[in-house]
Amino acid sequence: MSALTDDTTAREHPIAPFIRMERMPHIWCPTCGIGTVLKCFASALADTGVDLDKVSVVSGIGCTGRVAGYMRLDGFHSTHGRAIPFATGLKLGRPELLVTVFSGDGDLVGIGGNHFIHAARRNMDLLVILVNNFIYGMTGGQNAPTTPLTAHSSTMPFGNFERPFSLPHLAASCGASYVARWTCLQVRQLTWAFAEAIGRKGFRFIEVIAPCATLYARLNKLGSGLDLMRFYHDNVEIRNGADTREVDIGYQERIVCGKFRDEERPTYLEMMHEHYRKTLGDRYVPMPPEGGLIRGED
Amino acid sequence: MKADPRGVLTGTHYLDGDFACGEGAMAAGCRFVAGYPITPSTEVVERIARRFPMMGGTFIQMEDELASMAAVVGASWSGTKCMTVTSGPGFSLMMENIGLAAMMETPCVVVNVQRAGPSTGLPTMVGQADMMQARWGSHGDYELIAVCPRSPQEAFDLTIHAFNLSERYRVPVLVMMDECVGHMTEKVVIPPAGEIEVVPRRLTQRPPAEFLPYQTNGSLVPEFARAGDGFRFHTTGLTHDERGYPVMTAECQAKSVRRLMDKIRLNVGEIARVEEEDTDGADVVVVSYGITSRVARMGVALARERGVKVGTLRLVVVWPFPEARIRELAARVKAFVVPEINFGQIVLEVERCAAGKAAAVCVPHAGGGVHDPEAICQAILGAAR
Repeated sequence: MSALTDDTTAREHPIAPFIRMERMPHIWCPTCGIGTVLKCFASALADTGVDLDKVSVVSGIGCTGRVAGYMRLDGFHSTHGRAIPFATGLKLGRPELLVTVFSGDGDLVGIGGNHFIHAARRNMDLLVILVNNFIYGMTGGQNAPTTPLTAHSSTMPFGNFERPFSLPHLAASCGASYVARWTCLQVRQLTWAFAEAIGRKGFRFIEVIAPCATLYARLNKLGSGLDLMRFYHDNVEIRNGADTREVDIGYQERIVCGKFRDEERPTYLEMMHEHYRKTLGDRYVPMPPEGGLIRGED
Repeated sequence: MKADPRGVLTGTHYLDGDFACGEGAMAAGCRFVAGYPITPSTEVVERIARRFPMMGGTFIQMEDELASMAAVVGASWSGTKCMTVTSGPGFSLMMENIGLAAMMETPCVVVNVQRAGPSTGLPTMVGQADMMQARWGSHGDYELIAVCPRSPQEAFDLTIHAFNLSERYRVPVLVMMDECVGHMTEKVVIPPAGEIEVVPRRLTQRPPAEFLPYQTNGSLVPEFARAGDGFRFHTTGLTHDERGYPVMTAECQAKSVRRLMDKIRLNVGEIARVEEEDTDGADVVVVSYGITSRVARMGVALARERGVKVGTLRLVVVWPFPEARIRELAARVKAFVVPEINFGQIVLEVERCAAGKAAAVCVPHAGGGVHDPEAICQAILGAAR
C-alpha cells in the first residue's frame, strides 16, 4: 500500500474519518474533480455536525458513482440511472435519514433523467449532488446530455450538435426547493452550499462543474486538469439569484455559478402528512421516523 | 413472530386475487410499496394505497417500473418490508433491479399478475408465459424464489409465504399470479394476527466494529444491518467481498456468486413445495400451476372416466424447481402432461428432470383464455397409450 494510506496520514488528514481509507488509492484519474467535491461534502458534514449514523449516500454508475463506496457512511452503489428512485425508497422507508444522492451527469440526467424530474416535481426530501464533467468518463468519453454544443466526444467525433440540458433550469422548473451551481475551484462556496443544503428540506440540487482531464480535456485539446481549473478561474461569473433561464453553458464560454433558488416549499413527506391528517384525521397512522421495521419477539 | 395486527383484516371475505394479494402483503408486515399502474395488477396497489395510511405504511406511485423496483430495493435497506406489483411489460422493466436485489441480497417481493404477451399483447387477458423470465430475466447468474397461487385464498397465503422466504434467504421472491387468479373473486379467510406466522427482518446483533455486511459465518445467508443504525456499511451491485467492497477478480466472483446460487440450490428441499393427488400408481401425472391447475382438474376427471390412472402435481413454488420429486416420479410413470398458457416453458424443466425416463408432453395455449379441458384429457389419453 502507498504511504497515502498509513495511519499517520489517516490521523492527520482532516477528512480521513469520513473516508474508507483502506480503499485508497481511489480509481479517479489525476486532476479529476470528483475528489474535491467529496472533500467539500465531508467538510460540510463536519461543519454542520449532523449525526453521521443517519446519513446515507446513494450513487448510480460511473466515475462519480464510486463516491458511495469511498465515504465511511451507509453507502449504496446502485444501478445506472436509478440512484434517485433507490434513494426515494430509502428515505420513505426510514424518514429520519438524511439521504444524499451523489452521482454524475450521465447517470442522473441521461439514463436517469425521468427520475430526476419527477423527484424534483415531488420536492422529494433528497440532497442531490451532481458532478458534471460534460462527458461519460468511465466508459471512455462518449457524448452526454450536458456536453456543450460543438464540444468533441468519442461519439460526436466531429463535435456535438445536440443541445445540452441547462441543469439548474431543469431542476428549478420541475420544482426543486434549492438549486445551486459551483465549480471545483470554488471550494469554499461549494462547502457552504453543501452545508446550507444539508440544513434545508425537499429536493436540493447542487451541480458541480468538474474537470475531466483524461477525456473531456484531451478530446477537446483543452490541456490538463489544471488548465481547466484556470479556465474556471477566468470564466466563472458568480451571480447569486440569477434567473435559471440564463445560466446555460456554451462551449468554453462563461460559467454562471451561484445559488439560484432557496425557497421554503413543502416537501413530499410534509404534503403527504398534512393531506392525510386533514382527510383522515385520527385514523391516519404515519410511518414512524425510524421506519416501518416491525420488531417482534419470537 | 406473529403478524402485526394493524395489517391483518381478520374475517371471512369475498375478494379477488389482487385484493387478497394486497391483504397478504399487509398481513406479512409490508409497509412500503412502490408501483406503477398496469393491468391486470393495479388493484393490488389500489387496495394497499387505501389501507396503508391507517397502518403506518407508505405507498408511492413511481414514474415507471424501473423506479418502482429501484425504490423497493432502497426501501428494503431501511429495514421496512416492501413490495412492488406489475404485469408483463413492467416486469421486463424491473429486471435490472431484480438483479441488483439478488446481488445485494435484499429481501423484497415482486408480484407479476401475468397477462398474455409478448409486448403489449392482451393486456386484460390471461397468460403464463413469464415463467422463464421469472427464472432468468435479469442478466447474470443468480437464484431466486417464485410462488404461484391458484386462488384468491392462496394469493393471500402465498404472498405472506413470499415475504417470509425473502426474509429467510435474502432474495427477491416473485409472486407469479395470472390474470384469472388476480381477477377471480372467491371466499378468502383471513385468520387472526396471532395465527399468522411472519419472519421478521433478522438484524445483526453484532456491534458495528465487528460487523461485515456479507460475512456468513458458516451459514449461507449473511446477517442484515439497516441504514441509519451506525454500521456505516457499503453495498454495491459490483462483485464484492465480505466487507461489501468491490473486488474485480474471478476468484471473488466465484466465491460470491457461488454462495448466491448455493443459498437457494442447497435449500431446495426446504423451499420447494408441490401439491400431489393420486400420483401413487399413476401412469400419467399432470404437472400444472396457477389457474391451469384448476382447469386441468376437469381434464383429469374426463381421462379417469375413460380408465386412465392419472395423478396431478401442482407447483406451488415454481422456482427453485422440485427436481428431485420429478425425478422420482419419472422412474415410475409413463409420462408427464404439462398444460400451461404458453408454448412450452415449465415443460422444458419437467423434460430435463425426467431425463428420458418418462415422456413430457406439452399442452400449449397461446393465452387470452384457458385450456379446453378436453384438450388436456386428449393429451392424457395420448400419453397413456
